[in-house]
Amino acid sequence: MRRLLFLPLALLLAATLPAAASEPYTVGAIFSITGPGSSLGIPERDTARMLEAEINARGGVKGPDGRLHPLKLVIYDDASDETKAVLAAKKLIDEDRVIAIVGTTLSGTSLAILDTTQRAEVPVVSCAAAAKIVEPAAERKWVFKTPQSDALIVGVLVDHLKARGLVRVAWAGVDYAFGQLGWLAFEKATQAAGLTVVANEKFAQKDIDITPQLTRIKAAAPQAVVVWSIPPSASIATRNYADLGLKMPHFQSHGVGNKRYIELAGPAANGVSFPAGKLLVAEQLDDRDVQKPVLIAYARDFEAKYGSRNTFGGHAWDAVKLVVRALETAGPDRAGVRTALESTKGFVGITGVFDFSPTDHNGLDRRAVVMVQVVDGQWRLAK
Amino acid sequence: MGPAELGQYLASGVVVGGIYSLIGLGFVIVFGVTRIVNFAQGEFVALGALVLATLSARGVGLPLAFTGAVAAGVAAGMLLERVAVRPLRAMPSLAILIVTIGASIALRGGALLVWGTDPFAVPAFWAGPPLVLGGAVIVRQGLWVLGAAACVFALLWAFFTRTYAGAAFRACAANARGARLCGMRVDRMRLAAFALAGGLGAVAGAVIAPITYATYDMGLMLGLKGFVAAVIGGLVSPAGAIAGGVALGVVEALAAGLVSSAYKDAVAFVVLIALCLAQAAGWVPWRVAEEG
Repeated sequence: MRRLLFLPLALLLAATLPAAASEPYTVGAIFSITGPGSSLGIPERDTARMLEAEINARGGVKGPDGRLHPLKLVIYDDASDETKAVLAAKKLIDEDRVIAIVGTTLSGTSLAILDTTQRAEVPVVSCAAAAKIVEPAAERKWVFKTPQSDALIVGVLVDHLKARGLVRVAWAGVDYAFGQLGWLAFEKATQAAGLTVVANEKFAQKDIDITPQLTRIKAAAPQAVVVWSIPPSASIATRNYADLGLKMPHFQSHGVGNKRYIELAGPAANGVSFPAGKLLVAEQLDDRDVQKPVLIAYARDFEAKYGSRNTFGGHAWDAVKLVVRALETAGPDRAGVRTALESTKGFVGITGVFDFSPTDHNGLDRRAVVMVQVVDGQWRLAK
Repeated sequence: MGPAELGQYLASGVVVGGIYSLIGLGFVIVFGVTRIVNFAQGEFVALGALVLATLSARGVGLPLAFTGAVAAGVAAGMLLERVAVRPLRAMPSLAILIVTIGASIALRGGALLVWGTDPFAVPAFWAGPPLVLGGAVIVRQGLWVLGAAACVFALLWAFFTRTYAGAAFRACAANARGARLCGMRVDRMRLAAFALAGGLGAVAGAVIAPITYATYDMGLMLGLKGFVAAVIGGLVSPAGAIAGGVALGVVEALAAGLVSSAYKDAVAFVVLIALCLAQAAGWVPWRVAEEG
């Protein structure tokens, strides 16, 4: 009841505002700003805030009514926790009445909020990797995602292994969803490509020594080793690999696409290759690549404010930009935004060039992945 | 599997076991004097590693950075005793145990606020390629870990059995009331035990940081492993903690190498449960944890 008393006051205040300012477009975002996913969630939040400031500095989003609407981004932290992600989604939908939601950061949280957002019919553009988030598209009508799926990333890696004649390969993956989903994709891709997997080892993200697993791998005599994890365990594995004196080519996942990995692993990281988005090696791309100018501009803006670039911030850049584009054609209408997202074609983003369709809510192909090698502590585009 | 692999599993297991031993010693000191299981011990380890990482990143030399890390650990140990443990000294030790779990969560939260979630690299104390011992590879920092465990053990042993203060410590543990009646300041002894455990935890953290990196939440798993190491050794004996730690490290490495790496972390807890059951059945010649 008390809230009613504020209503006249609020109206009075609203009346004093300049008449030219039109109502803001409110978009929600859920990122893992704390918890185990924070190294992904923090650059995502930073990127989203950077875009919000950039768009509002130009006056806002130009809606279908021809007027500029300020972009209002409401960001919540899910602390890398599924329950908190669902609560945040409910709050965004019921209290903040957002037009669309960007996020979440992690596959687990993205899957957790599916039920809530689908039922409320709110468009979501996820920044998490698992293909399950958007497949099958017929059942995931309201959900889109920007990162490359595991199958896409692993497919590029397996093609690279095959092209180099590395047919006997060993796998060591971290023992939670990232490593497990990576293994499923790898198992499938290697079978299809006719490669032989001679070892499949697991380790924990908190392991302090991965030497026993690598010793087992050494005994299996593979021609190449693939380690699927994120720092710090990915860095520990890299150092253990060098300490044990293993000489076969060493591959990692896109989970090591940040400078912290190289800092932690030190010189042991030299020579390690991994499949990743193009952002890390933007400057080395062919000039004919349509993504090159977009990538370089984002990397420059981000690095001027927040430090070293990473692909996670890029996923948020794509998600926010996709929603803004949809708002430009559809205005503050959830169903309209969803339709506009689904008909997005040829959007040149950071992760890749997006072509959404009613059957594909990820919209990327293999052009969105390159092989990157660490050379003298720097990323190099591998040919 | 050839002898080369077996040697490597043993070498890796001994180094990791040395880490568990060092952490286990901290549990033994506090439990030995106060009959409290201090589950915040792992956080002292994290604190030592993080302080060392920060100081060495600022260009502070290793001896000074190491001293700073240990000082931080001692301070944290004393603070824990004064703020969380002393006010509850009349309570049963189970209540205090629960308080130490709460304190560990608070310390971890504090570390998160100060250091954030990213891991930090710490340069090895003694740079260079790893040593090869009969086909098995040992990183140089591993020798520091084992050396630190041996030194700390020797000092503790000498302190508890060869000095008057050590005897007083043991008296407080055996019978706090009796010790007080004899004119000993039991509160001060308990404070000293926590200070010692904090410093020791920080030594462990500083020595292992070049191997494990320094992360705000590293203390949880390491603390649990150290606890298991201490329990295997009977929870009151420094020698037991050393033996328990090395045994645990070796069993883990062998399990990962010979059986399957999928259940490596479960090994510690399976060993713990098996040991408790075996003790209940009277199969263990030494005592695994005693009742308060």
